Amino acid sequence: MRWSNRLIMAGLLLVSLFAMAEQQSLVFDNDTLRERYQELTEKLRCPKCQNQSIAGSNSPIADDMRNKTYELLHLGYSDDQIVNYMVDRYTEFVIYQPRLNWGTAWLWVGPILALLLGAMLVTWLARRSGAGEPDKLSDDERMRLQALLEKDS
Amino acid sequence: MSKRFVFFLPLVAIAVMMALFAFALLTGVNPQEMDSALEGRAMPEFRLTDVNDDDRTLTEEDLAGEPYLMNFWATWCPSCKFEHPYLNSLASEGVRIIGVNYKDDRELAVDWLRDYANPYEIDVYDPNGDLGFELGVTGAPETFFVDSSGTIQHRFQGPIDSALWDNKLKAVYDAME
Amino acid sequence: MLPEFGQFALILAFLMAIGLAVMPLYGVVAGHPGYQRTAPAWTWGLFVFLCLGFGLLVASFVNDDFSVRIVSENSNTRLPWFYKISATWGNHEGSMLLWILMLAGWAVAVSLFARSLSLELKSAVLGVMGIIAVAFLLFLLQTSNPFDRLLPIPPGDGADLNPLLQDIGLILHPPTLYMGYVGFSVAFAFAIAALITGRFDAGWVRWSRPWTNVAWAFLTVGIALGSWWAYYELGWGGWWFWDPVENASFMPWLIGTALIHSQAVTEKRNLFKSWTLLLAIMAFSFSLLGTFLVRSGVLTSVHSFATDPERGIFILMILLLTVGGSLLLYALRASQIRVAGEYRLLSRETFLQFNNIILVVITFMVLLGTLFPLLFDALNLRKISVGAPYFSAMFNFFMVFLLSLVAVGQLLRWKRHPAQDLSTLLKTGIPIAIVAGLVLPLLVSGRFHWQVWLGLALAFWLLAGLVRLLIDRSRNASNPWRALARAGGGFWGMWLAHLGLVFAVIGVVLVSNYEVTRDYRMGPGDRVSMGDYQFEFQGTRQVSGSNFQGDEGILNVFRNDRQVASLAPEKRFYTVQSSTMTEAGIDGGLFRDLYASMAEPLDDSRQVWSLRLQVKPFVRWIWLGALLMALGGVVAVLDRRYRRKPGVTL
Repeated sequence: MRWSNRLIMAGLLLVSLFAMAEQQSLVFDNDTLRERYQELTEKLRCPKCQNQSIAGSNSPIADDMRNKTYELLHLGYSDDQIVNYMVDRYTEFVIYQPRLNWGTAWLWVGPILALLLGAMLVTWLARRSGAGEPDKLSDDERMRLQALLEKDS
Repeated sequence: MSKRFVFFLPLVAIAVMMALFAFALLTGVNPQEMDSALEGRAMPEFRLTDVNDDDRTLTEEDLAGEPYLMNFWATWCPSCKFEHPYLNSLASEGVRIIGVNYKDDRELAVDWLRDYANPYEIDVYDPNGDLGFELGVTGAPETFFVDSSGTIQHRFQGPIDSALWDNKLKAVYDAME
Repeated sequence: MLPEFGQFALILAFLMAIGLAVMPLYGVVAGHPGYQRTAPAWTWGLFVFLCLGFGLLVASFVNDDFSVRIVSENSNTRLPWFYKISATWGNHEGSMLLWILMLAGWAVAVSLFARSLSLELKSAVLGVMGIIAVAFLLFLLQTSNPFDRLLPIPPGDGADLNPLLQDIGLILHPPTLYMGYVGFSVAFAFAIAALITGRFDAGWVRWSRPWTNVAWAFLTVGIALGSWWAYYELGWGGWWFWDPVENASFMPWLIGTALIHSQAVTEKRNLFKSWTLLLAIMAFSFSLLGTFLVRSGVLTSVHSFATDPERGIFILMILLLTVGGSLLLYALRASQIRVAGEYRLLSRETFLQFNNIILVVITFMVLLGTLFPLLFDALNLRKISVGAPYFSAMFNFFMVFLLSLVAVGQLLRWKRHPAQDLSTLLKTGIPIAIVAGLVLPLLVSGRFHWQVWLGLALAFWLLAGLVRLLIDRSRNASNPWRALARAGGGFWGMWLAHLGLVFAVIGVVLVSNYEVTRDYRMGPGDRVSMGDYQFEFQGTRQVSGSNFQGDEGILNVFRNDRQVASLAPEKRFYTVQSSTMTEAGIDGGLFRDLYASMAEPLDDSRQVWSLRLQVKPFVRWIWLGALLMALGGVVAVLDRRYRRKPGVTL
């Protein structure tokens, strides 16, 4: 292939890329940036809306925050830096995932602790029952239980 | 004994939750109300022009000196129109008010100030809301109370009227040095 | 005049409720059968007057009687007639009335279908429902009277219904959801009746099981409808937001799911009795909690009602009385329950109990996350938000455990399961799951995510177990098909509901990880590619309805140069409320949805638009799964043992 042809090919490629890119409302340098943008805008809360992320809101402030996110992403900010940037100006209210500290740790510790306790309790109950404790039923209750079990089968 | 106690646990848990709800309702918790991240921090740096003179560049240093109110306003904002006469009377009483014309059009702003009088000692033109973003502004009107060292002491969202000023905001202003 | 009749009907209904709350229960406590026998009459009276009241409220809406405040605030002369009817429950007062009407409906159903119930138990159950009706009718009449007049009659044609609610979704979603919420009152009333009468044998569980199942099926469908409605009506293609109001409906569902499983153990094995009682109380309590959260204004939500602290205080009092009262009764009485029966660690009992623990822990997590900002605020700490990233991560974490337990637990026998049998179960199930989990994502999309693999592997493990159940049932029978047909409603209900779980998990996993969303600027004739699909924008045309005007865009979608769909998203402007609505254009399919919404026009002639295009694989499987679960709940009720002739009273 001659160099002029190559140049034309490259030019065509560039033009077609440009034509594709032009149609997207937001042009990203690469797909990773786009994905990070989508994730970040889902994680940030619009400060003036009824519980909506900035991705899901049309309010002007959500618009501004989306634009700022886009701008900072292309300036090379990391996700954490962008989140910090927003928190510095709009407080922790705008992040849907609270920061980990002594107060918020209960959000994670509480349920996991509850799961462990529950699992221990179930195991303990099953072992106790399986150990075959003496039957504490009264005769009357035993008869009723018998009647019930027979009806099921 | 301890076994009986177990059956009271759900009741205790529910009671704690109810107490939380009762507290929230009786103290009138408003989940919509947001703190400002800027209170206690210095006025951020900026470089914008004057509403009345697009050749004049303004920075945070031009505002320093006496304590002031920084009022974000716009001609598209109905509450700003409501608030405007009271700002004029505050200015005539000697309160120093710095305006920030927020996401607006310079010509409309100049017309507005001509028609409704100008309470602002300095009026900063912020067409893209850049300074607003730095200060965590979510809409107009919003007013920041800045002391003589350039530290933001308080942020108020919504229009100011005489009742609000007398009952709450005047004290904040008077306490500033 | 008619609204006054309506008001009067509500007052009469209130008197009936008082009668129902007092007389039968007094009869139970005093051992007076004559008083107990009055319960059905009070119940019918309550139901009839509520029907009358509700009917007159609907009539006010249909006749555009703007002297009634809520009609003037929520309807308009130009609103289509079917939305006028659904506007009746598109507001706080009307929806509360619907809530109470359904409570009365459930009570009537109990008095009709529970003929073989002992008089004492039946009277106590209806009496407890009467107490709930008294509390909520008092709330309605005191703080939220639907027949409040606005005099002089305001001029104009009414403020119109919120455009978001002008949709088939609103006609169906709230009534179904409320049927579920309120339906849990039956299981609740049975539990309280058992506590009052002191009869803790499995009798109350047997009788309340079908009611729990039906209520749970309604709630399942209600939540699925809400999710589907948000998906196509809010315009951005999300199907679950972990919004406080969604959480408020999800918590009773989780507890209800635990209750269904716990009731199975209590009925079959006479075990976990106090736990089942507690769950029956909690399922309805969480329904009430949801009502409080939605209507008191303590939390911010996308779809909260116009809120009012006075109402909040009132509902809090109701909560205190019903939930606090019943838990106090529970605390005093439940310790008398004796445990009977043995089971081993490797048994269906243990696994069902593990499943219960996980469901309750998930509920706790959702509750904690929902209330945490409020707690922080009350302690004067910072204002924080807890949203989707927290909830999804925690929910997925717990679901891994839950799905593993279901996969194994559904195969286990009661009392004790032979250990060597379990290892063969694991040997066949797990490899199938791992391989299938790897293959399917590669077919849907070339990319690999470990989350997808894990989620799908769990779903297929569960599915393998379901197949194994069929094999076990039919293997030794001379006629396998007949053996399966005779397996009974209980078995098939469980099987279908678990199959629904498989569907829902597959849907959630695939759509969350493989959906593609892009925003484009498109003028007439523009064409863009997303994956295998090409979207061609044809331009827009004007559309209008009786109370809105708008632009409708036409997008033709091609795959391999063949047209596969045509999407018609709309941007509507509702003139009365002067609000803009985004109506998505959706082409639904079993394996993928194509979703287009118009964000905003980019030129003055409104020809060039900013469009959001999405390809959502398997999203319908989520709702399909929910429908299968609900179907399972209903099929289980059809089991032979619930249709036995009366005669045996426990």
